[in-house]
Amino acid sequence: MRKQTLQHAFYKSIPVCAGYLVLGIGFGILMRNAGFGVLWTAAMSLFIYAGSLQYVGVSLLAGGASVLTTALTSLMVNARHLFYSISMIGTYKDAGKWKPYLIFALTDETYSLLCDGSVPPGDDPSLYRFLVSFFDHCYWVTGSILGSLLGAVLPFSTAGIEFSMTALFAASFTEQWLTARDHAPAVTGLLCTLLCLVVAGPDRFLIPSMVLITVVLTLLRRREGGQS
Amino acid sequence: MSAALLIAVMSVVTILLRALPFLIFRKETPAYITYLGRVLPPAIIGMLVIYCLKDVSLTARPFGVPELLSVACVAGMQAWKRNSLVSILVGTVVYMLLIRLVF
Repeated sequence: MRKQTLQHAFYKSIPVCAGYLVLGIGFGILMRNAGFGVLWTAAMSLFIYAGSLQYVGVSLLAGGASVLTTALTSLMVNARHLFYSISMIGTYKDAGKWKPYLIFALTDETYSLLCDGSVPPGDDPSLYRFLVSFFDHCYWVTGSILGSLLGAVLPFSTAGIEFSMTALFAASFTEQWLTARDHAPAVTGLLCTLLCLVVAGPDRFLIPSMVLITVVLTLLRRREGGQS
Repeated sequence: MSAALLIAVMSVVTILLRALPFLIFRKETPAYITYLGRVLPPAIIGMLVIYCLKDVSLTARPFGVPELLSVACVAGMQAWKRNSLVSILVGTVVYMLLIRLVF
Protein backbone atom coordinates (compact mmCIF):
# COMPACT_ATOMS: atom_id res chain seq x y z
CA MET A 1 0.00 0.00 0.00
CA ARG A 2 2.85 2.36 0.84
CA LYS A 3 4.63 1.54 -2.41
CA GLN A 4 1.46 2.38 -4.29
CA THR A 5 1.23 5.74 -2.51
CA LEU A 6 4.85 6.41 -3.43
CA GLN A 7 4.04 5.68 -7.06
CA HIS A 8 0.91 7.83 -7.12
CA ALA A 9 2.74 10.75 -5.51
CA PHE A 10 5.63 10.43 -7.96
CA TYR A 11 3.32 10.48 -10.99
CA LYS A 12 1.49 13.47 -9.57
CA SER A 13 4.76 15.39 -9.14
CA ILE A 14 6.15 14.76 -12.64
CA PRO A 15 4.75 17.99 -14.17
CA VAL A 16 6.65 20.02 -11.58
CA CYS A 17 9.89 18.07 -12.13
CA ALA A 18 10.94 19.67 -15.43
CA GLY A 19 10.08 23.17 -14.27
CA TYR A 20 11.88 22.90 -10.95
CA LEU A 21 14.98 21.34 -12.49
CA VAL A 22 15.28 24.08 -15.13
CA LEU A 23 14.50 26.98 -12.77
CA GLY A 24 16.72 25.41 -10.11
CA ILE A 25 19.61 25.12 -12.57
CA GLY A 26 19.10 28.78 -13.53
CA PHE A 27 19.19 29.74 -9.86
CA GLY A 28 22.35 27.70 -9.24
CA ILE A 29 24.14 29.35 -12.18
CA LEU A 30 23.07 32.82 -10.99
CA MET A 31 24.41 32.09 -7.53
CA ARG A 32 27.66 30.80 -8.99
CA ASN A 33 28.01 33.94 -11.16
CA ALA A 34 27.36 36.11 -8.08
CA GLY A 35 30.24 34.36 -6.31
CA PHE A 36 28.30 31.94 -4.06
CA GLY A 37 29.24 28.27 -4.15
CA VAL A 38 27.21 25.10 -3.97
CA LEU A 39 26.70 25.08 -0.18
CA TRP A 40 25.10 28.53 -0.17
CA THR A 41 22.91 27.51 -3.11
CA ALA A 42 21.84 24.26 -1.47
CA ALA A 43 21.16 26.02 1.85
CA MET A 44 18.85 28.54 0.17
CA SER A 45 16.93 25.89 -1.75
CA LEU A 46 16.62 23.68 1.33
CA PHE A 47 15.60 26.30 3.89
CA ILE A 48 13.88 29.07 1.91
CA TYR A 49 12.36 26.93 -0.85
CA ALA A 50 10.60 29.77 -2.67
CA GLY A 51 11.64 30.30 -6.28
CA SER A 52 10.87 33.99 -6.87
CA LEU A 53 12.35 35.07 -3.54
CA GLN A 54 15.52 33.06 -4.13
CA TYR A 55 16.01 34.71 -7.54
CA VAL A 56 15.58 38.15 -5.95
CA GLY A 57 17.70 36.90 -3.05
CA VAL A 58 20.73 36.46 -5.30
CA SER A 59 20.89 40.21 -5.87
CA LEU A 60 20.10 40.94 -2.21
CA LEU A 61 23.04 38.75 -1.13
CA ALA A 62 25.37 40.05 -3.84
CA GLY A 63 24.46 43.67 -3.08
CA GLY A 64 24.79 43.22 0.68
CA ALA A 65 21.21 44.33 1.38
CA SER A 66 20.15 45.27 4.90
CA VAL A 67 18.19 42.90 7.13
CA LEU A 68 15.18 45.24 6.93
CA THR A 69 15.18 45.35 3.13
CA THR A 70 15.59 41.57 3.01
CA ALA A 71 12.76 40.98 5.49
CA LEU A 72 10.38 43.39 3.74
CA THR A 73 11.24 42.00 0.31
CA SER A 74 10.63 38.46 1.58
CA LEU A 75 7.34 39.61 3.07
CA MET A 76 6.10 41.24 -0.13
CA VAL A 77 7.42 38.70 -2.63
CA ASN A 78 5.99 35.79 -0.62
CA ALA A 79 2.84 37.43 0.74
CA ARG A 80 0.81 35.31 -1.65
CA HIS A 81 1.76 32.25 0.40
CA LEU A 82 -0.55 33.52 3.16
CA PHE A 83 -3.41 32.90 0.81
CA TYR A 84 -2.30 29.45 -0.29
CA SER A 85 -2.14 28.55 3.39
CA ILE A 86 -5.55 30.07 4.09
CA SER A 87 -7.11 27.90 1.42
CA MET A 88 -5.34 24.76 2.71
CA ILE A 89 -6.38 25.12 6.38
CA GLY A 90 -9.18 22.63 5.89
CA THR A 91 -7.22 20.20 3.72
CA TYR A 92 -4.25 19.95 6.11
CA LYS A 93 -6.38 19.90 9.26
CA ASP A 94 -5.78 16.25 10.11
CA ALA A 95 -2.24 15.89 8.76
CA GLY A 96 -0.75 15.24 12.22
CA LYS A 97 3.00 14.70 12.20
CA TRP A 98 3.27 15.61 8.49
CA LYS A 99 1.63 18.99 8.99
CA PRO A 100 4.72 21.13 9.79
CA TYR A 101 6.53 19.93 6.67
CA LEU A 102 3.42 20.23 4.48
CA ILE A 103 3.08 23.88 5.57
CA PHE A 104 6.80 24.60 5.10
CA ALA A 105 6.81 23.09 1.60
CA LEU A 106 3.66 24.77 0.27
CA THR A 107 5.13 26.44 -2.84
CA ASP A 108 3.14 27.81 -5.79
CA GLU A 109 3.65 24.58 -7.73
CA THR A 110 2.94 22.19 -4.86
CA TYR A 111 -0.16 24.22 -4.06
CA SER A 112 -1.29 23.89 -7.68
CA LEU A 113 -0.90 20.09 -7.44
CA LEU A 114 -2.65 19.66 -4.09
CA CYS A 115 -5.21 22.48 -3.87
CA ASP A 116 -8.13 20.48 -5.26
CA GLY A 117 -7.78 18.16 -2.24
CA SER A 118 -8.10 14.94 -4.25
CA VAL A 119 -6.17 11.84 -3.16
CA PRO A 120 -5.97 8.53 -5.08
CA PRO A 121 -8.33 5.94 -3.58
CA GLY A 122 -6.69 3.74 -0.95
CA ASP A 123 -3.83 6.13 -0.17
CA ASP A 124 -3.25 7.77 3.21
CA PRO A 125 -4.02 11.43 2.33
CA SER A 126 -1.36 12.93 4.58
CA LEU A 127 1.38 10.55 3.48
CA TYR A 128 0.44 11.12 -0.17
CA ARG A 129 0.56 14.91 0.22
CA PHE A 130 3.82 14.67 2.12
CA LEU A 131 5.41 12.64 -0.67
CA VAL A 132 4.22 15.00 -3.43
CA SER A 133 5.62 17.96 -1.44
CA PHE A 134 8.85 16.10 -0.72
CA PHE A 135 9.43 15.08 -4.36
CA ASP A 136 8.94 18.70 -5.47
CA HIS A 137 11.43 19.87 -2.83
CA CYS A 138 13.94 17.27 -4.07
CA TYR A 139 13.62 18.47 -7.69
CA TRP A 140 14.22 22.04 -6.59
CA VAL A 141 17.29 21.27 -4.47
CA THR A 142 18.69 18.91 -7.12
CA GLY A 143 18.25 21.49 -9.88
CA SER A 144 19.93 24.19 -7.79
CA ILE A 145 22.93 22.00 -6.99
CA LEU A 146 23.23 20.91 -10.64
CA GLY A 147 23.15 24.57 -11.73
CA SER A 148 25.80 25.53 -9.23
CA LEU A 149 28.09 22.71 -10.36
CA LEU A 150 27.35 23.25 -14.07
CA GLY A 151 27.94 26.99 -13.74
CA ALA A 152 31.51 26.29 -12.72
CA VAL A 153 32.34 23.98 -15.65
CA LEU A 154 30.13 25.05 -18.58
CA PRO A 155 32.32 25.34 -21.69
CA PHE A 156 30.54 28.49 -22.90
CA SER A 157 29.93 31.86 -21.30
CA THR A 158 26.71 32.12 -19.34
CA ALA A 159 26.61 35.92 -19.68
CA GLY A 160 22.98 36.93 -19.99
CA ILE A 161 21.66 33.93 -18.03
CA GLU A 162 20.57 36.43 -15.38
CA PHE A 163 17.81 37.44 -17.77
CA SER A 164 16.04 34.18 -16.79
CA MET A 165 14.94 36.00 -13.63
CA THR A 166 13.42 38.86 -15.62
CA ALA A 167 11.85 36.30 -17.93
CA LEU A 168 10.39 34.38 -14.97
CA PHE A 169 8.61 37.47 -13.69
CA ALA A 170 7.64 38.73 -17.16
CA ALA A 171 6.04 35.36 -17.98
CA SER A 172 4.21 35.30 -14.65
CA PHE A 173 3.04 38.90 -15.16
CA THR A 174 1.77 38.11 -18.66
CA GLU A 175 -0.05 34.98 -17.47
CA GLN A 176 -1.77 36.89 -14.64
CA TRP A 177 -2.64 39.69 -17.06
CA LEU A 178 -4.24 37.21 -19.47
CA THR A 179 -6.32 35.50 -16.77
CA ALA A 180 -7.34 38.61 -14.77
CA ARG A 181 -10.49 40.56 -15.48
CA ASP A 182 -9.35 43.51 -13.39
CA HIS A 183 -6.01 44.94 -14.51
CA ALA A 184 -5.88 47.72 -11.90
CA PRO A 185 -3.61 45.77 -9.48
CA ALA A 186 -1.06 44.95 -12.21
CA VAL A 187 -1.04 48.55 -13.48
CA THR A 188 -0.76 49.82 -9.89
CA GLY A 189 2.32 47.64 -9.37
CA LEU A 190 4.02 48.92 -12.51
CA LEU A 191 3.20 52.62 -12.04
CA CYS A 192 4.00 52.82 -8.30
CA THR A 193 7.33 51.07 -8.88
CA LEU A 194 8.27 53.27 -11.84
CA LEU A 195 7.42 56.38 -9.82
CA CYS A 196 9.54 55.25 -6.86
CA LEU A 197 12.39 54.23 -9.17
CA VAL A 198 12.45 57.72 -10.70
CA VAL A 199 12.12 59.50 -7.34
CA ALA A 200 14.31 57.33 -5.08
CA GLY A 201 16.78 55.87 -7.59
CA PRO A 202 17.71 52.24 -8.37
CA ASP A 203 19.23 51.47 -4.95
CA ARG A 204 16.46 52.64 -2.65
CA PHE A 205 13.13 52.24 -4.44
CA LEU A 206 12.08 48.76 -3.35
CA ILE A 207 10.67 49.52 0.11
CA PRO A 208 8.89 52.76 -0.96
CA SER A 209 7.39 50.81 -3.88
CA MET A 210 6.00 48.10 -1.61
CA VAL A 211 4.52 50.63 0.79
CA LEU A 212 3.01 52.72 -2.02
CA ILE A 213 1.54 49.65 -3.73
CA THR A 214 -0.13 48.51 -0.50
CA VAL A 215 -1.50 52.00 0.17
CA VAL A 216 -2.85 52.46 -3.37
CA LEU A 217 -4.43 49.00 -3.43
CA THR A 218 -6.04 49.69 -0.05
CA LEU A 219 -7.42 52.99 -1.38
CA LEU A 220 -8.69 51.24 -4.51
CA ARG A 221 -10.54 48.78 -2.30
CA ARG A 222 -12.25 51.61 -0.44
CA ARG A 223 -13.40 52.99 -3.78
CA GLU A 224 -14.73 49.58 -4.74
CA GLY A 225 -16.89 49.94 -1.64
CA GLY A 226 -14.99 47.45 0.48
CA GLN A 227 -15.74 44.48 -1.72
CA SER A 228 -13.36 41.61 -1.66
CA MET B 1 28.46 36.06 8.02
CA SER B 2 25.99 38.51 6.56
CA ALA B 3 24.97 36.20 3.68
CA ALA B 4 24.02 33.50 6.20
CA LEU B 5 22.04 36.08 8.18
CA LEU B 6 20.13 37.24 5.07
CA ILE B 7 19.36 33.63 4.08
CA ALA B 8 18.07 32.98 7.61
CA VAL B 9 15.87 36.09 7.40
CA MET B 10 14.40 35.00 4.04
CA SER B 11 13.81 31.51 5.42
CA VAL B 12 12.14 32.63 8.64
CA VAL B 13 9.88 35.21 6.93
CA THR B 14 8.81 32.64 4.32
CA ILE B 15 8.07 30.00 6.98
CA LEU B 16 6.09 32.55 9.04
CA LEU B 17 4.03 33.55 6.00
CA ARG B 18 3.22 29.94 5.23
CA ALA B 19 2.45 29.01 8.85
CA LEU B 20 0.65 32.11 10.12
CA PRO B 21 -2.80 31.42 8.62
CA PHE B 22 -2.79 27.95 10.16
CA LEU B 23 -2.15 29.54 13.55
CA ILE B 24 -4.50 32.54 13.46
CA PHE B 25 -7.27 32.05 10.88
CA ARG B 26 -8.66 28.82 12.22
CA LYS B 27 -12.22 29.98 11.73
CA GLU B 28 -12.59 33.03 9.52
CA THR B 29 -10.40 35.18 7.25
CA PRO B 30 -10.83 38.98 7.37
CA ALA B 31 -12.11 40.42 4.09
CA TYR B 32 -9.19 42.87 3.85
CA ILE B 33 -6.68 39.99 3.95
CA THR B 34 -8.60 38.09 1.29
CA TYR B 35 -8.66 41.24 -0.82
CA LEU B 36 -4.89 41.73 -0.51
CA GLY B 37 -4.41 38.08 -1.42
CA ARG B 38 -6.25 38.69 -4.64
CA VAL B 39 -4.66 41.99 -5.70
CA LEU B 40 -1.10 41.84 -4.34
CA PRO B 41 0.32 39.07 -6.57
CA PRO B 42 -0.05 40.84 -9.94
CA ALA B 43 1.12 44.16 -8.44
CA ILE B 44 4.20 42.61 -6.83
CA ILE B 45 5.09 40.65 -9.96
CA GLY B 46 4.89 43.92 -11.91
CA MET B 47 7.19 45.49 -9.34
CA LEU B 48 9.66 42.62 -9.69
CA VAL B 49 9.76 42.94 -13.49
CA ILE B 50 10.82 46.56 -13.05
CA TYR B 51 13.20 45.61 -10.23
CA CYS B 52 14.99 43.25 -12.63
CA LEU B 53 15.33 46.02 -15.21
CA LYS B 54 16.33 48.78 -12.76
CA ASP B 55 19.93 49.01 -13.94
CA VAL B 56 19.11 49.20 -17.66
CA SER B 57 20.20 52.56 -19.06
CA LEU B 58 17.87 54.26 -21.51
CA THR B 59 20.32 57.08 -22.21
CA ALA B 60 23.41 55.06 -23.21
CA ARG B 61 23.88 52.41 -25.91
CA PRO B 62 22.18 50.00 -26.42
CA PHE B 63 19.34 52.01 -24.80
CA GLY B 64 17.71 48.94 -23.23
CA VAL B 65 16.78 47.52 -26.62
CA PRO B 66 17.94 43.91 -25.92
CA GLU B 67 15.95 43.87 -22.66
CA LEU B 68 12.86 45.36 -24.29
CA LEU B 69 12.93 42.92 -27.23
CA SER B 70 13.49 39.94 -24.93
CA VAL B 71 10.69 40.91 -22.52
CA ALA B 72 8.36 41.38 -25.53
CA CYS B 73 9.44 37.94 -26.68
CA VAL B 74 8.59 36.39 -23.28
CA ALA B 75 5.18 38.11 -23.23
CA GLY B 76 4.47 37.04 -26.82
CA MET B 77 5.45 33.42 -26.17
CA GLN B 78 3.36 33.37 -22.99
CA ALA B 79 0.30 34.75 -24.79
CA TRP B 80 0.80 32.22 -27.58
CA LYS B 81 1.71 28.97 -25.76
CA ARG B 82 0.67 29.72 -22.12
CA ASN B 83 3.69 27.70 -20.98
CA SER B 84 5.92 29.65 -18.57
CA LEU B 85 8.88 27.30 -18.92
CA VAL B 86 8.95 27.68 -22.71
CA SER B 87 8.56 31.48 -22.44
CA ILE B 88 11.43 31.76 -19.95
CA LEU B 89 13.75 29.53 -21.98
CA VAL B 90 13.04 31.26 -25.30
CA GLY B 91 13.29 34.75 -23.78
CA THR B 92 16.60 33.99 -22.05
CA VAL B 93 18.14 32.40 -25.15
CA VAL B 94 17.00 35.37 -27.27
CA TYR B 95 18.58 37.75 -24.76
CA MET B 96 21.85 35.81 -24.63
CA LEU B 97 22.01 35.79 -28.43
CA LEU B 98 21.13 39.49 -28.72
CA ILE B 99 23.87 40.68 -26.38
CA ARG B 100 26.41 38.48 -28.20
CA LEU B 101 25.51 38.87 -31.85
CA VAL B 102 23.68 42.16 -32.26
CA PHE B 103 24.48 44.65 -29.50
